[in-house]
Amino acid sequence: MSKAAVLAPGSLAAPANVRRSTARVSNRTIVLVCYIVFLMLPIYWMVNMSFKTNEEILSGLTLYPHNPTLRNYAVIFTDPSWYSGYINSIYYVTLNTVISLTVALPAAYAFSRYRFIGDKHVFFWLLTNKMAPPAVFLLPFFQLYQTVGLFDTHIAVALAHCLFNVPLAVWILEGFMSGVPREIDEMAYIDGYSFPRFFGTVFLPMIRAGVGVTAFFCFMFSWVELLLARTLTSVDAKPIAATMTRTVSASGMDWGLLAAAGVLTILPGALVIWFVRNYIAKGFALGRV
Amino acid sequence: MDKVQDNRAWFLIIPVFLIVAFSAVVPLMTVVNYSVQEIFGPGQTFFVGTEWFEAVLKDDRLHDALVRQIIYSLAVLLIEIPLGILIALGMPGGRSAKTSLTLVLLALPLLIPFNVVGTIWQIFGRGDIGLLGATFRAIGIDYNYTNNSAHAWITVLVMDVWHWTSLVALLCYAGLQSIPPAFYQAAKIDGASKWAVFRYIQLPKMRGVLIIAVLLRFMDSFMIYTEPFVLTGGGPGNSTTFLSQYLTQMAVGQFDIGKAAAFSIVYFLIVLLFSFIFYTIITRTGEGEKK
Amino acid sequence: MDMEWMAWTTPTAVFFLCIALMLAGMTVWEVVSPTVEAKGFLPMRTTRGDRLFIGLLGSAFIHLGWLAATDLSLWGAFAVSLVWIALVIRFG
Repeated sequence: MSKAAVLAPGSLAAPANVRRSTARVSNRTIVLVCYIVFLMLPIYWMVNMSFKTNEEILSGLTLYPHNPTLRNYAVIFTDPSWYSGYINSIYYVTLNTVISLTVALPAAYAFSRYRFIGDKHVFFWLLTNKMAPPAVFLLPFFQLYQTVGLFDTHIAVALAHCLFNVPLAVWILEGFMSGVPREIDEMAYIDGYSFPRFFGTVFLPMIRAGVGVTAFFCFMFSWVELLLARTLTSVDAKPIAATMTRTVSASGMDWGLLAAAGVLTILPGALVIWFVRNYIAKGFALGRV
Repeated sequence: MDKVQDNRAWFLIIPVFLIVAFSAVVPLMTVVNYSVQEIFGPGQTFFVGTEWFEAVLKDDRLHDALVRQIIYSLAVLLIEIPLGILIALGMPGGRSAKTSLTLVLLALPLLIPFNVVGTIWQIFGRGDIGLLGATFRAIGIDYNYTNNSAHAWITVLVMDVWHWTSLVALLCYAGLQSIPPAFYQAAKIDGASKWAVFRYIQLPKMRGVLIIAVLLRFMDSFMIYTEPFVLTGGGPGNSTTFLSQYLTQMAVGQFDIGKAAAFSIVYFLIVLLFSFIFYTIITRTGEGEKK
Repeated sequence: MDMEWMAWTTPTAVFFLCIALMLAGMTVWEVVSPTVEAKGFLPMRTTRGDRLFIGLLGSAFIHLGWLAATDLSLWGAFAVSLVWIALVIRFG
């Protein structure tokens, strides 16, 4: 709000001007509020529908559930083919986040501190992996993971998602690490710290926020990705998003159940986002996701 | 910051290099191999040279899909970039609860799995059970995204705006946050108009993030697949069949793997060219700021 | 391990071998005499590696354009590309 007040050009002048300028400031706020309403309406509609029975959904439009029911959620939490989808998704997303961070941390340090042969080209090559059109690459992906015996395992999806999450993690972490002055490294080495000890006890705590933001982005991109996850799994590691498409097409549109499953896919993201809310904007800018 | 020349840094890169190369190199090579062959099944392949590339480059339906794709990507950019800037300008500053709440709400659509985004709009847009569809019907517009091409196209576009404008807004917000308050005070003393503040202080500071936003939105909208697939399945007719959809129809529907592979490579080269140009601009802007 | 699905052909194998040799060659050259960023006819300062990349990307598009526009042998495009790569690496 303080920024808006500073922005208002007439705020030093006469009261009339002040009133006009606050009115103008609120124009922008109105745009923001309208946009958020526009964002929330479709989500609200899905949440609303998830608490309705199918009879109510199909019998007419109701703005809130008149006969609220938890049946849709009960189905999901009691049927293993549904809830195992969630467990699978959370499992491979977590695995991917851990792998991505573990390999990206040293690499980001190297990029932020050293020049070496091919550094810029490796960096660009990493980024191009986000750009391959997936449709045709899916077939060799499937073949490759089948050949190495990883098909339909959580680690397969976690590894495949590294393709785009590792470059992203390197990029965000590099941004945060470059903000730490070199002198700190040099001082630690003079004090006799070994590289691993310095990295673990001095450097990592200094870029805590960066690690958090990176973990958030890895989580997010692994969570929303569906094509690779669906291609590399069949039963044992099937992600929830894939479960949704299958069940819906088979059972002739159980709208309430579909909505409930959708709501449950939003929840983990909403929870995670809360923990990094103050760093989101910075992470977006650094990560250039 | 001056970096030290030391090739031993490669040892720190090796894990990343191996893990990405595992998933990247073999599939890429395989697609290149496919693109010069007629594939009938495992072990039954015939070398055809560059015929697939020629077929792809002279395919009229593909040209249509490409034109549709470019129009769509331009529409996405023209709506999302200005709207994102506008939203970012309206965001509350400082570390208040209001800021946190706004950030969380804005970021929410970015965390929804792509096919669930499609599902949400499917539910929202239907004339019988969806709020949007029903509202249109109530005010007398015969809205139906499943059999009216124009409605389908607009719905996919609105869905994309809904899904991704937040990204542009958050990037711009981060750019705005980097402006020291002193700039605004100076502008106030000079009696600068709001437009002048925007044009000469805020816009230049957002330049870097805006290039990134344009690049990302261009790339992602150029490769959009899952959301329209769930919502419209590419129809009605071909109205929402974008490049990725067409590619998938070719590879999975008609099992024209060779042609689809050739197409993927052309597609990849186009994206690579744009990325390289944008990447060069981004990194050079960064250097300019440091000097 | 059965990798037959990769469907290798001699031409593509030669192609990737050339790319690999080029990368190896560039690395050796870099170790022997490190590159200096220079400004040529391209709009930005480039290193040798940058120019090679631009040359290769450009020749990919020369080949595609040749295929789309003419019915002549692709060796023509190949010759044009070689000239283009040489020009970029020397004067870019």
